[in-house]
Amino acid sequence: MIIPKLALRNLLGAGLRTWLNVLVLSFSFVAIIWTQGLYKGMGDQAIHSMIDIEYGGGQYWHEKYDPYDPLALQDAHGKVPASLKKMIGNGQATPVLITQGVIYPSGRFQSVLLKGIDPSQTIISLPSGFIDVEGEELPALIGSRMAKSTGLKIGDMVTIRWRDAYGTFDARDAMIVHVMSTTVQSVDEGQIWIPLKKMQELTRMEDEATLIIVSKDAVNPPDIQGWEFKSLDVLLKNIRELVEVKTAGSSIIYVILLLLAMLGIFDTQVLSIFRRRKEIGTLMAMGLTRAKIIGLFTLEGAMHSVLAAIVAAVYGIPLLIYFAKKGWAMPQAVDSYGFAIGEKLFPTYSAGLVIGTTLLVLIVTTIVSFLPTRKIAKLKPTDALRGKLS
Amino acid sequence: MENTYLIKTKDLVKTYRMGGGYLIALNQVNLEFKEGEFAGLVGPSGSGKTTFLNIVGSLDSPSEGSAVVMGREVESLSHKEAAELRNRYIGFIFQTFNLLPVYTVFENVEFPLLLLGLNAAERKKKVMNALEWVQLADRAKSRPAQLSGGECQRVAIARAVVKVPSIILADEPTANLDAENSHNILRTMERLNQELRTTFVFATHDEKVIRYLRRKITLVDGKVAKDEIIEQQDIKGDNR
Ligand SMILES: Nc1ncnc2c1ncn2[C@@H]1O[C@H](COP(=O)(O)OP(=O)(O)OP(=O)(O)O)[C@@H](O)[C@H]1O
Ligand SMILES: [Mg+2]
Repeated sequence: MIIPKLALRNLLGAGLRTWLNVLVLSFSFVAIIWTQGLYKGMGDQAIHSMIDIEYGGGQYWHEKYDPYDPLALQDAHGKVPASLKKMIGNGQATPVLITQGVIYPSGRFQSVLLKGIDPSQTIISLPSGFIDVEGEELPALIGSRMAKSTGLKIGDMVTIRWRDAYGTFDARDAMIVHVMSTTVQSVDEGQIWIPLKKMQELTRMEDEATLIIVSKDAVNPPDIQGWEFKSLDVLLKNIRELVEVKTAGSSIIYVILLLLAMLGIFDTQVLSIFRRRKEIGTLMAMGLTRAKIIGLFTLEGAMHSVLAAIVAAVYGIPLLIYFAKKGWAMPQAVDSYGFAIGEKLFPTYSAGLVIGTTLLVLIVTTIVSFLPTRKIAKLKPTDALRGKLS
Repeated sequence: MENTYLIKTKDLVKTYRMGGGYLIALNQVNLEFKEGEFAGLVGPSGSGKTTFLNIVGSLDSPSEGSAVVMGREVESLSHKEAAELRNRYIGFIFQTFNLLPVYTVFENVEFPLLLLGLNAAERKKKVMNALEWVQLADRAKSRPAQLSGGECQRVAIARAVVKVPSIILADEPTANLDAENSHNILRTMERLNQELRTTFVFATHDEKVIRYLRRKITLVDGKVAKDEIIEQQDIKGDNR
């Protein structure tokens, strides 16, 4: 009972040194929570946009479809199953046909994914309405990244070549009717969206699809022969892992900051045990056991983290709330991170994050504070009183 | 307690390993101290005075022989039991005062009472009482750094007596003080000894201290060379 009181007295009595340690520790505190929150927000936002613009409420994949195997794409299509026709009719699902193609923007050669989608679909927020064009013209929708890498603009004509269902090459000129700006790269980079009906005609894949996107409010998608249902959990697995890796990666710097703080505390502990040998001897003479003295010194060190938590709360909470409200403007370069991020990021801080970080810092500080005190366990009272440290 | 001695040593030997051989700091010391004594160990430097106080104070253990303090054999006490013995029955006064620098005067004196688990009201009463004794009640809120050496030692005395221990062990308490301060604290200790019956054992070679002693034990090379009772004749006149 008296030990915490004494520890706090000693800690505050040490003045500037204590506050320096506390300040560094509080920085790492806030920084860790801030980055973790930022990445959590980033992940949430990315997942949200991917659901919104690409995945819907899950997808049926043709059994041969494998997004990582372009060669398999040739055979990854089949008649839209009858059992899904009703859902499609009700606006609860929409088919997408995908095939490998090549475009020749200003004479160059570039391979693309040709994607056919129903212009009137409302399942995903891809702006397919732009290719809802009457007439003979083949309208095409591309993303801003694609536009940048190919140099294509609205109104440009581009030659597209593909193999049809029977392996015969065919080609058509398409007109870029819209360039969409999206945070989701996987509907943008290297892709051309054209109306599904036209694509089915051109590729001679009447009524066929590669995948069928189900709406978010469709419940219990049925099992269908030849098609595999991919739930959102499956579809988002990769991106979730990616976010985790990024989060861990960018936390390294704050772990280093934390280590610095720990080094400071370790150092303070070693020094204070050395300088206060006589005090330790005096405490022993007054009847404090070694275990209690070790507890006292450990607690003194560990209390750095308590003070740091308080200090961090004082400036950290307003700061974190501010960013959670106002968002964090992302630099352009972040686009190359590989997942969808808006221009503004809204960090999300969970109670688990804050409590977890606090506990982590507390535990690490306690261990670091305890380690140097083991010297006390071997200290003889007479040596301590004479200012000796064996 | 079955005997009337607070401290009783029997053939007490303390040796230190030095290089190849041994250094004998205490050699067959047999001493007894009764309640209310005002005794001092004197003798040349290195004669074993501090070593004796350390063993009696259960800060150190004998190499041979035994030391019984408050009915407990010091050499057979565990670390925890020794701490308990010191906490309850023994007050220490050091040459270098050894106050805790970050604590106020009040907190320094309060410390042993915190260890004994007294409540705040009791602590306050006893601390202020002890500070009255050493005439430092008005400095309760000061820190050791703001006090003179004599004042520091008076705080240390207050800290030693606040729990009303049976024994106070004082190792060279006046070595860092001038004559006036030395007399001041010695008179304080003498008064405590007479009014509270606290047993004082000093280790000193300070003539000023020796003049206050009522029993003078001379150590030479770790042996008791002389053990004399000093009659308090002219001392009361206080022209020491
Ligand atoms: N920890 C130790 N290791 C080795 N030798 C020691 C130790 N402590 C004391 N001694 C030796 O034991 C002898 C007695 O020392 P002690 O400190 O008891 O003397 P003292 O009478 O108090 O001397 P002084 O008047 O100088 O304080 C000395 O020769 C000293 O060098
Ligand atoms: Mg000595």
